[in-house]
Amino acid sequence: MTTQEPSPARKGLFARLRQGLSRSSTALKGGIATIFTHAKLDAAMLDELEDLLITSDIGALTAQTLTARLAKDRFDKEISPQEVRAILSGEIAKILAPIARPLEIDPAHTPYIVLMVGVNGTGKTTTIGKLAQRLKGQGKSVMLAAGDTFRAAAIEQLQIWGTRVGVPVVAGSVGADAAGLAFEAVEKAQSQKMDVLLIDTAGRLQNKAGLMAELEKITRVIRKRDPSGPHAVILVLDATTGQNALSQVEAFKQTADVTGLIMTKLDGTARGGILVALAEKFGLPIHAIGVGEGVDDLQPFDAAAFAEALTGAES
Amino acid sequence: MFDALADRLNNVFRGLRGRGKITEENVGEVMREIRSALLEADVHLDVATEFCKDVQEKAIGAEVINTLKPADVMVKIVHDELAELMGPVDPKIPFVSPGPTVLLMAGLQGSGKTTTCGKMAKMLSERAKRPLMVAADLKRPAAIDQLEVLGSQINVPVYTERGHDNAVKVCRNGIKHAKKNDHDVVILDTAGRLAIDDELMGELEKVAGAVNPQQVYLVLDAMTGQDAVNTAKIFNERLELDGCILTKFDSDTRGGAALSVKRVTGKPIKFIGVGEKLDAIEEFHPQRIAGRILGMGDIVGLVEQAQKHYDEEEAKKLEGKMASGKFGLDDFLLQLKKMK
Repeated sequence: MTTQEPSPARKGLFARLRQGLSRSSTALKGGIATIFTHAKLDAAMLDELEDLLITSDIGALTAQTLTARLAKDRFDKEISPQEVRAILSGEIAKILAPIARPLEIDPAHTPYIVLMVGVNGTGKTTTIGKLAQRLKGQGKSVMLAAGDTFRAAAIEQLQIWGTRVGVPVVAGSVGADAAGLAFEAVEKAQSQKMDVLLIDTAGRLQNKAGLMAELEKITRVIRKRDPSGPHAVILVLDATTGQNALSQVEAFKQTADVTGLIMTKLDGTARGGILVALAEKFGLPIHAIGVGEGVDDLQPFDAAAFAEALTGAES
Repeated sequence: MFDALADRLNNVFRGLRGRGKITEENVGEVMREIRSALLEADVHLDVATEFCKDVQEKAIGAEVINTLKPADVMVKIVHDELAELMGPVDPKIPFVSPGPTVLLMAGLQGSGKTTTCGKMAKMLSERAKRPLMVAADLKRPAAIDQLEVLGSQINVPVYTERGHDNAVKVCRNGIKHAKKNDHDVVILDTAGRLAIDDELMGELEKVAGAVNPQQVYLVLDAMTGQDAVNTAKIFNERLELDGCILTKFDSDTRGGAALSVKRVTGKPIKFIGVGEKLDAIEEFHPQRIAGRILGMGDIVGLVEQAQKHYDEEEAKKLEGKMASGKFGLDDFLLQLKKMK
């Protein structure tokens, strides 16, 4: 996921996003066309636009900010749907551009320790598999750690990914102490001089204090073997999640010092508009987005492409 | 769950506290607040708009008995509308005889289908049923293993066929196996799929067509945003759902999905998943949830009592008037209005 040759990646991603976001962008695109009929921009139109933006999970506050920015220069002036889309897309891209940052593997750390965290069912294990594939493709040696010792068969699931991608998996037994497993994995990755260690963790709801404390313990234990680790803590977010994503980022940031985000399942009907709200509130880097079930369907995050796909603007 | 929404709504009602009357003006103000609270809680835009319209109509028409504060009457109206939005619900499973009764679980990836299958099986075995789970998720790596592990934890057998990808066949054979082995309930765990994935949705249709399940449940993550209703709508169009099972209800979500799905699809939430343990499943009760959202059960009860009391008093007064021959046209009109 480090820098890709920009043009083909961008095209591919854009096509996929377009396809994935087609429903939402059609909804926004069509909605915008209904509201703005080349008439003068008035307060009622802005209200309707705000509502429309909310349906993409962008959040009431961000919707307000965006409509206010549109109103600033264009109030009481004639405006076409295309212009509205272009302005919104531009504003959204402006918010997202600074945080579209791929995961950089710093070679000063061997292994570069990445901890994957998130609530249940966002796709942590699958994302680790895809990430491993990507990193291996860049010529890095990768090791996986099956730190989800709670969910039935989560270890097997990661092992299958390990075989698929062709990377070693450190696994313990079900119900074993996840922190202990993480410690063992760091030790193994160090002795085998791995470039990257990806540690899976059990899904946990951010309002469960006990489970969040366990996550803290995993971080502490990793630091016993490598005081500089973990070097990246990635929160995996599900694109179908609504405003609760704000609470997820807040809690995981506090407990586990999240350094970046990956959003999965953007190939469905979900709009992922929450990313804009997250960008405004937290400014955490978005490393990648998941746009399909295939092993190669983890793509770098492109702010402009995402904004265009979300608003249905033409590039 | 719902705490944040409850806080917001309470603030709104507090704003009404000082007012002596519900008027068109101050209701409009309150409704704007309620609407934005609902939207922040991920309630679907159309549902939030319609909900507020309904509440406003009832509020303006509502008779505020002078022993009650307008704010309390408003709480009661919102409470009843919330309950109506999510209900009515009959979470009973229609068991057939001869069995087996077939339950099909469908949903997006990561919504919690497999875990919910385990919870459902445990609940049914505690109700003296002999369930069989069928591992028909042939897509996700180790999904079959996961169901087998759950089965062994709760002592419920799992039917599996490894090495091919024909979910229809697995489900059919699973039901045959259940008949042979005296299982009276079969729970089908299917692969997670996107609502817009035509091929996989087609597979699900084929499964449903082949085995004719008594109940088709959509397993839905309670933290889902505006997309919840899109998903529910598409699944319902293709599968004719009987209800939803809302998972991760123990999260701190404001619960928009819970409030939106019924209004849009007509299909109620029947069960909720409330924890990671396999006994953490409950039947869904809209009244209770509405109470929890408002956190004002006491006020609702109070208003109900006061209204009952008021009606009794009025009736007594009327009786008196009639007996003394003072029952006039305006009393008659009042009665007519009440009948409406």
